[in-house]
Formats: sequence, structure tokens, C-alpha cells
Amino acid sequence: MESYLNIDHVSIEFPTPNGPFKALDNVSLKIDKGEFVSIIGHSGCGKSTVMNIVGGLYQATEGGVILQGKEVNEPGPDRAIVFQNHSLFPWLTAYENVEIAVKSVFKGKKSKQEMKAWIEHNIELVHMSHAKDKLPAELSGGMKQRIGIARALAMEPKVLLMDEPFGALDALTRAHLQDSLMEIQADLNNTVMMITHDVDEAVLLSDKIIMMTNGPAATIGEILDVKLERPRHRLQLANDVEYNHYRSEVIHFLHERHARKVA
Amino acid sequence: MLELSGFTWFIPLVKLATGEPPLQQLQDLFKMIGLPMLAMIIFLGLWHVGAAKVVTSLGQVPGPVEVWKQASILIDEHYIEREKEVKFHERQDVRNAKKLAKDPDAEIKKRPYTGRQTYFDQILTSLWTVFVGFFIASIIAIPLGIVSGLSNTLYSALNPLIQIFKPISPLAWLPIVTIVVSAVYVSEDPMFSKSFITSAITVTLCSLWPTLINTAVGVSSIDRDLINVGRVLRLSYATTVFKIVIPSSIPMIFTGLRISLGIGWMVLIAAEMLAQNPGLGKFVWDQFQNGSSESLGRIMVAVLTIGILGFMLDRIMLTMQKFFSYDKNAVIR
Repeated sequence: MESYLNIDHVSIEFPTPNGPFKALDNVSLKIDKGEFVSIIGHSGCGKSTVMNIVGGLYQATEGGVILQGKEVNEPGPDRAIVFQNHSLFPWLTAYENVEIAVKSVFKGKKSKQEMKAWIEHNIELVHMSHAKDKLPAELSGGMKQRIGIARALAMEPKVLLMDEPFGALDALTRAHLQDSLMEIQADLNNTVMMITHDVDEAVLLSDKIIMMTNGPAATIGEILDVKLERPRHRLQLANDVEYNHYRSEVIHFLHERHARKVA
Repeated sequence: MLELSGFTWFIPLVKLATGEPPLQQLQDLFKMIGLPMLAMIIFLGLWHVGAAKVVTSLGQVPGPVEVWKQASILIDEHYIEREKEVKFHERQDVRNAKKLAKDPDAEIKKRPYTGRQTYFDQILTSLWTVFVGFFIASIIAIPLGIVSGLSNTLYSALNPLIQIFKPISPLAWLPIVTIVVSAVYVSEDPMFSKSFITSAITVTLCSLWPTLINTAVGVSSIDRDLINVGRVLRLSYATTVFKIVIPSSIPMIFTGLRISLGIGWMVLIAAEMLAQNPGLGKFVWDQFQNGSSESLGRIMVAVLTIGILGFMLDRIMLTMQKFFSYDKNAVIR
């Protein structure tokens, strides 16, 4: 059976003054509809590059990405991206930041009222209705990222790409946002590809963890299926044997088999 | 609102009036009004004492008192001249009415008043000229800056040209502009005088660069992720420019515009002197040629006027910059 999202033998080279630099080598990955996949690896291993290729921001040198049977090689709202640093337009309010996405994606497909309702619905989804008329500068880091997620969700993407979405947040805020994300995921059952370097985050959220080897010419080292039952609760899982087993699997991969040579 | 327009010194007064703790407000007031006043008084004192010691071919260098006197004379002259104008028109109307009474088909001539320009007319001419020159420079520099900021290729291509043209003195441009304008701008009934066009174009040529460079830098330093959001949304080039590029580079664009207007105002005075555009520059030049005992005082009035108007123009730009920028808390000086 054909998979929903197929990353097919993707390699990428970047030109440098000392000849081409091969960042990714032969990355192949199949993701099913509704699956939550995390990509984990040491920094510099090219995990963001994988995401940028799927998002269409980079072009693969070899291989390609196939979404629902069609090759994608340019950015589009069907692969909405949540950036690490929220990337909200600082001159627009939270509402307007979502609005600009909704207006360009659903132009001619939704009426004005429908758009308004859809924007408000997505802001409600991330629990930000109370601050929808504030400028990003007036919001905390976590709140900004919530709006960033709302903006991406509002595009109704086929695949939601998240590039270390909680990487810039403190641990407590991060936990809140992870819980919110799980809630939303239970609701919408999106196909999600998330880049992370946080082991707990990966195990808690994912159905599948893709562990990447170190660059240059990084590729997929191992794939771990996380078969924990949903809904998952961080408190119950803290002492769960299965959870800790997955956790140690990832840690062993990262710090034993593929430890970084230079810290 | 007061803060926006730069009238920060007014804030403690308002606060004082609304009954906030007086001591703090008085301290603020001293810092904002007291200190500058003190500096002003010291400056006037030094000027008064220093000027008295220098004797030139036109007599003593005028001190503040003499300059103030000349300023009042210039203002008086303005009103006298206006009065003359009104009387001229009255006389003409009476004459025409008589003519019509004698012969209803008589040809009526309305002649414009051709009295001499007053100091205020000259100020207005200068402001209008600098505005036209600056406006032309802006409508060229902002779009060009945006386009070259978005394209590295174009920027590398234009950069050497910009760097070469930027440091050229207005006095170097002026002869070329004068000759080109004389050759190209030929019409029976010109809407603008040649001197005006020459001055305005010289202002344009010199005030183009800061806006162009600042806009290009502002545009090229936009957060890549913001551009990527636009790419994900598949925004058109025009939408990207208007919805993402311009709003995020507004602060830099205005920084450029402010520098440009400042340079334009400086350049204008020099251009008017040489092109004989009837503005403040020509006023200074005429007084210099005139060489009466009043001339130095009048030139100093003009110098101070130029300074005060330049300051006001900068304030206007600053207010606009604050108004248009999304980051209201940014400290802009």
C-alpha cells in the first residue's frame, strides 16, 4: 500500500568553497496518515534539513518527497511549518497573524464569517482567545508559540511540520504546551512531523521516533515504535516501565552508539 | 500622543497638573527644560562676549541682540510688503471698475503683484524645494531599495554605483544639473523656474543614497523565517512586499528617510546659493554680496532659521517614524 507521506531516498548537498558538503545521505521514511513522528538527533545532524526538504524550503539533491501520491518540491500550506522562534509578524496582533494565513489559504473557499469563525476556533484550540488582540511583543514565549501553532493548524495542513517548536521555552511552559499539543492531536489526529532534541518530549508525544546518525552525510540510524497507550499522562508515565524502556533506548542510541565526537 | 510627537518635556507638566507626586515631576521638568535652558543661556552669553571682540570689514560681528533686531526687521518688512500687495490689488480693482463703467466691453487686465520676496516667502520657497527634491528621491530610493534588498544579485550589482555616487558633493552636481536642465527643460510657459528645478534635482541626487542604503539593508536583514512563512503561504511577490517586507523594514526605511531629509536640507542651501533659487540660500548669498552693516546680522538670522527648520523637519520625520513603526517601545533618537 502506498504511504501517506513518503520521503524517498533523499540526499542533499550544499555547495561550499571546499566542494559540496553532503548533509543528508539516502534518508528514506514512510509516514502514515495521522501518525505523530519525531526526529531526534544531535544538533547539526541535519534533522532540520529533513524538515526543510519536506516543507519545500530546500530542494533535495537526490530523491524526493511524495505526499499523497504527488511529489512536492516547493513550500505550500499543505505542509504548514511551526518555526522554533514562533515567527509571528510582530506588527500584527495574534488574531491578525492567524488571519493572514487563513485569508491566503481559504481565499474564495470560505466566506468572511466562516473565516472569522475558523480563525477564532483555532485560537480557542490553543487556549489563547483571551489574548487574541495582543501584539506578539506583549505575549510570553509560550503564548507566542501557541499562536504559531494556531496559525499552522488554521492552514488545515496535510502534514504539520514542527521545527523544535518548544526548544526555546522553559521546562514548565514546554510541558504545558506538550499537553496542549497532545489534546489537539487527540482531537484532530493530524499527521505531524516534529524535530526535537528532547528525549522525554519525543517519547511522550510520538508514535514513532526517528533517530538520526551524526553528520556529515547523516541518515536514519534507527526507528523506534512507541506503543504507549493514548491518552498519555506525564505523571503516570514517570514511573512506567515501558516508558522508561523507550526512553533509555533513545538515550542509548544518542549517547552510546552515536555519541558526538566533539561536544 | 505627546510622547509620539517628541514633546516629552510636556509630559511632566501634564502629570503635575493631574496631581501626581510633585517632587519627581519637578525633577523631570528640570532635566527636560531647565538644563537645556541653562545651556542656551550660557551659549548666548558666550556669543555676546565673543562677538564683540571680532571686528570685520562690515563692522562688529553681531551679537544675539543685534541678530534679534534684524529678525524683527525682517518680520516687519514682511508685513509692510503684504500691505503693499493688498493696496496694489485694491488700486487695480478700482481702476478696472472705472474702466468697465466707462465701457462695458473694455478689456480688463489683471496684473500679478511683482513686489520683492519677503523673508517668509523665501522660507516657503526653500521648504517647497526641499520637499519636492526629497519626495522625488524617496519615490526612487524606497522601491529600488526594496528590490535590491530582496535580491542579492541586484544588490551586488548596484552597490559599487551607490558607494561611488553617495559621497559626491552637491556643489559638484550643480553645474551638470544646471546645464542639463537648461538643455532639456525648455518650454514657452514654464510651470517651474529653472532655478527651482535645478535645486530640487540637486537635493534629489544627494538625498537619494541614505534612504536607498537603509532600505536595502533593512529589507535584506528581515528574519528569514518571516519570509519562509510567506513562502509556505504561497504569497505573491507583491503581497510579500506589502504584507511582510515593508512592515518589517519600516524602521530602517524611516531612519534612511530622516538622514536623507537632513542631508537634503543642508544641500538645498548650497544649491540655492549657486542656482539662485529664491529661497534661504539665495537670501544668504544676496546678503553676502550686499555687504551692508546689517548683512552679517541678517545672515545669522538665516543661519538660525535654517537650523530651527532643519530640527523641525527632523522632528516631523521622527513622529512619523514612531507612528508607522510596529515597535512603539523602541528608543528612537
